[in-house]
Amino acid sequence: MQPSSFPTSNADATHLPGTYLFDLALSRQGYVFNRMCAALRKPEARAEFLVDPDAYMRAQGVSEAHRDAVHRRDWLALTRLGGNLFFFLKLAVTLGVGLYAVGAQMRGESYEEFMRTRSVPGAV
Amino acid sequence: MARLVAGIGSSHVPSIGRAHDQGKQDTPEWAPLFDGFAPVKRWLAEEVQADVVIVVYNDHGTEFLLDRYPTFALGVADSYAVADEGYGPRPLPQFKGDPAFSAHLAQSLLTQEFDMTLCQEMALDHGFLTAMPLLWDAAPAWPVAVVPLFVNVVQHPLPTAQRCFKLGQALRRAIDSYPEDLRVVVLGTGGLSHQLNGERFGHLNPSWDRWWLDTISHDPQTLAALTHLELIRDAGAEGCEVIMWLVMRGAMGAQVRELHRTYYAPMTTGMALLTLEEIASRD
Repeated sequence: MQPSSFPTSNADATHLPGTYLFDLALSRQGYVFNRMCAALRKPEARAEFLVDPDAYMRAQGVSEAHRDAVHRRDWLALTRLGGNLFFFLKLAVTLGVGLYAVGAQMRGESYEEFMRTRSVPGAV
Repeated sequence: MARLVAGIGSSHVPSIGRAHDQGKQDTPEWAPLFDGFAPVKRWLAEEVQADVVIVVYNDHGTEFLLDRYPTFALGVADSYAVADEGYGPRPLPQFKGDPAFSAHLAQSLLTQEFDMTLCQEMALDHGFLTAMPLLWDAAPAWPVAVVPLFVNVVQHPLPTAQRCFKLGQALRRAIDSYPEDLRVVVLGTGGLSHQLNGERFGHLNPSWDRWWLDTISHDPQTLAALTHLELIRDAGAEGCEVIMWLVMRGAMGAQVRELHRTYYAPMTTGMALLTLEEIASRD
């Protein structure tokens, strides 16, 4: 049985505001960036990254657009550039930025504003 | 003969693992969640006494990278490491596998035309880890062997919900045809509603979550017919993970009894635990 419709491209999800379907087109666009983020699973890579983030990213072949967005901590821009949250969360925590701060930025809110929208903000 | 003795669905939120490791089980913020797992943990230890758990999970950019991304993958190793997800590995013992059972599952699934990627090495991230110490005592060593079953719910195109359900049915035939006396639990992980990407970060849908929990026991076909777009719309982009619960449900017979349910949605994810047991033999 063939499902009547399932998303095969971002276009199919564009009527869901604020949603970026991580499909093959976005994955291709973010491939080098996501690969660099995954390398940060290793503690020695995290240490090397923190010495000079820009040099580390250049050495890994990360594009200027992605590097700029990292320097601005612009997670929404990174998402639009094909960054996948599960990958770039490794970069974020290396930089001392947690999931909820990443989310608040993507929503265009401060961390405190975002936490006020949650029912039990102490459960972190 | 191997026997399926329970089906469990559980969320796999990283904050649960952090709260566990920091000993926050009894805090007002976390007690509603951990108290919900406690009776199931007792039941598993005292009554179920499983030998092997097949854990249906997804990786989060930890072990499976995008250079080659399987749709379905099965662990066939004799042990599995605890992964470092960027902030050091969690203080949990490594897992022992059951390579003979894994090899049988692989053979049977391939014969049934489910062409799994077979893995001799898999470090396990929170997709696999979160529920484990809440359901079995980790120290000094896990009392159960494990078989990790990976599903792509990260990079579209994903397998359909229906395909996941059918994989569960095939998995059941594989379990039933194993000659050794093994008590097997299938644990489906992920969800429930949550979205972690874009401006819609934080989307939660407790009423949808309730509907999912109410429906999976008696009408899994309605859930298996859902499209990814419907799941994303209602449960959020990452809520699509619930298709992994359908592998668990597909492995169980038509008639199941709900033994236990917990639901708690404090922050960004509908956290659920659902425990099912078969009533009658499969039709």
